[in-house]
Order: sequence, then C-alpha cells, then structure tokens
Amino acid sequence: MEMDFGAFAAIGAGLSAIGAGIGIGMIGGKALEAMARQPEHSGMIQTNMFITAALVEGVALFGVVVALLK
Amino acid sequence: MLVLKTKAVFIFIMISLASFASENQSNTEEEKKAYDPVPGVMEHIADAHEWHFLDYKDKAGHNHPVSIPLPVILYTNGHLDFFMSSAFNHGHSTVKKGDRLYGLDEHGHIVEKSGISVVDFSITKNVTSMILSVIILFILLRITAKAYRKNNGVPKGLQSFLEPLILFVKDDIIKQNIGKKYTKYLPFLLTVFFFILINNLMGLIPGSANVTGNIAVTLVLSVITFVVTTISGNKNYWGHIFRPPGVPVILLPIMIPIEFLGIFTKPFALMIRLFANISAGHIIILSLISLIFIAQDSLGNGGAWGVAPVSVLFVLFISLIEILVAFLQAYIFTLLSAVFIGMAVVEEH
Repeated sequence: MEMDFGAFAAIGAGLSAIGAGIGIGMIGGKALEAMARQPEHSGMIQTNMFITAALVEGVALFGVVVALLK
Repeated sequence: MLVLKTKAVFIFIMISLASFASENQSNTEEEKKAYDPVPGVMEHIADAHEWHFLDYKDKAGHNHPVSIPLPVILYTNGHLDFFMSSAFNHGHSTVKKGDRLYGLDEHGHIVEKSGISVVDFSITKNVTSMILSVIILFILLRITAKAYRKNNGVPKGLQSFLEPLILFVKDDIIKQNIGKKYTKYLPFLLTVFFFILINNLMGLIPGSANVTGNIAVTLVLSVITFVVTTISGNKNYWGHIFRPPGVPVILLPIMIPIEFLGIFTKPFALMIRLFANISAGHIIILSLISLIFIAQDSLGNGGAWGVAPVSVLFVLFISLIEILVAFLQAYIFTLLSAVFIGMAVVEEH
C-alpha cells in the first residue's frame, strides 16, 4: 500500500499548532484577567506571560521540527 | 520609534521589490510539471557555498544564476585545499585538486568522489553573514560605548536607542535572575542577546542568509550556555539535582534521573526554540511569496498578478510579526540562559 507520509507530517504539525494555540491562548487570557484585577502589576504579569508563552511555544515547535524532518 | 518606522517602510519596499525577484522555476520546456515551491523555499533556508541572489533567463531561454562565489576550504586526508566555489560552476562541474575530485551533491554539500570523508571549513553563506553581523554589531556598540564615555548625561543619536536596550537587558533580565554575582556573566549574556537579535533581524532582509534559523548555529549557542551553567554550578546546584531537598526517599529513583536529564533538555529546548521559531518564520514568508508562482502555474499570468498584492500584503504583515519574534526570541534565549545560570549560582537561603 503506497502511503505518502508527507500528509501525516502535515497533520502532525497542525495538531501541535492547535496545542500551541490553546496553550498560549489560555496564558494570554489568564494574564489579561490578572492585569485587569491588578493594573499596578501589569509589567510583571506581562513579562511572565511572555516567558510562559515562549516555553509553551518551544514544546509545540518540537512537534513542528519532527514534522519538518518527515 | 522613528527607527522602527523607517525599518518598517524599508522592509515594505524590499518585500514589494522581492516579489518581483525571479524565483522563476517554471521552465518553458516542460509545461506539464507543476510548480513545486519546496526546493525554492529550502534553498533560501539552507546554507550554501555561494551567495545566490537571483536567476535570469536570457532571450535564448538559458538560465543564468547571479551569485557571489565564496571561498571553499577543505581538509581531506592531510591535504588542505582552498579554492573559490565558482569552480563548481553552480554545481555543474567538479574540482580536481591533486588526486581528490570534489563535487556538490543534491543538498549542496561537498563530497569527494571516491567517498573519503571531507572536513569542510569553508566560508559559506552563513559564515559570511555572521562575520558581517559581528562587524555591524561591533561598530554599533562601539559607537554607543564611546558616546557613553563622552556625553556625560544626555544621550543622543544611536546611543539613545541602544543604551536603554542594554540597560533593559542588564537590569531586568540579568541582574534580576542571577542576583549578586551578575557582573561575571554580563559580557556573555549581553553578547548572546545582541548577536541573536542582529542575526534575527538581518535574516528578514530579502537575499540574506538564514543564520539563527540554522540548527548548527543555535546548537553552538546553547552548548556555550550549557558549558557556562555547568562550570559555574556550585554545591547547591548539584545538590538540588542529586539530592532534591524535601523529596521523600522513595521518590529519589525517579527524581534523580529526571533532574539529570533536565540538565541536558533545558539547553536542548533553547536550541530547538530559536531554530524552529526563526526557520518557521522564514518558511512562512517564502511560502507566501511562492503563492504568486503557484498562482501563475494554475491561473496564468493574470492570476499571478491578481494574487501578488494579496501575497505581498500578507508577507508584509508576517514580516512585521517576525520583527517582534526576532526581539522576543533574543529576549527569551537570554532570559532563560540567565535563569539557568541563576539557578546554578544560587546561594543557600
């Protein structure tokens, strides 16, 4: 059975993009909520939001790299 | 702000001009083969032994590539060979030095025809781009340093743009995460930040080399971070890894391998994060421009002209995001390196 594994790689990359989207969306949402409750700490919350978003995106990009390898 | 606006206008102009660049792979001989964007995209992402700018077709239909040849330095079996990559004639010829015959394989790597291993020290596109970015970085920061020494007080010009950035990195990233001994790590972390930033930004210019999107470059950066973290690890650091405090003894067989693996996965994640973010950005931009040629293939020239404004607009939008990503990735790499070093030098509380 002849299978084109490029299609599976694309689906895999898409799934990891969903994961990244959900994760970073939740982080952003919670950060905005926290900034709305305590505007004086906006700077610290924003910094931590970027850090966490980069970590989550790093994990999602593992998936993208594996998909690229295929 | 003015510099950012000028950069945005400049990038808009360059991107609009780039959409006219002949990435013209639709050959007139075989009309049946559909345009495949992948080789073109991969060619722009990968390293090469010549700096290829464009191809143009003359009236007879022959393809003429326009590129700057770069030096090739090879070490085989005790012989050091040096020649310009123009000898390869864009992959059509092989080069004979003594009894060694060199050629380019389909990935652009240099192979010796009888299979002996070749150690490649060539000045490739990425190396040239790194040298260029180091020169630019040195000039910019030297101007800032000299201006800092001269203007007691009010900064002006380039200094007023770079000095707040340097102070931001120093205070908010390095000092906050490392603590008291931060001055020891200032040169390394500031260099890492500006090196990644300049190379990320330069990679967005059409026709440039993809330096930080090359996994070898990010590998070296993260290995250096790993070495610095490991060397500066004090007793607390190793104690936390091999005897995590407050952990019941029964969990230690699980915790110790996990913590030990964590020493390696953290720099590994640094490497993958920077590589994938920058490469993915470049691939997106290149694919959006390839849309024009795909449209030309299926809808004809009219379709291509129609798709072009949409494509260029998307490319502009993505490029602006990529500028943000350039800063963000440099910030994140430096921040996480500072956090790891900070964890290594933390004092007993």
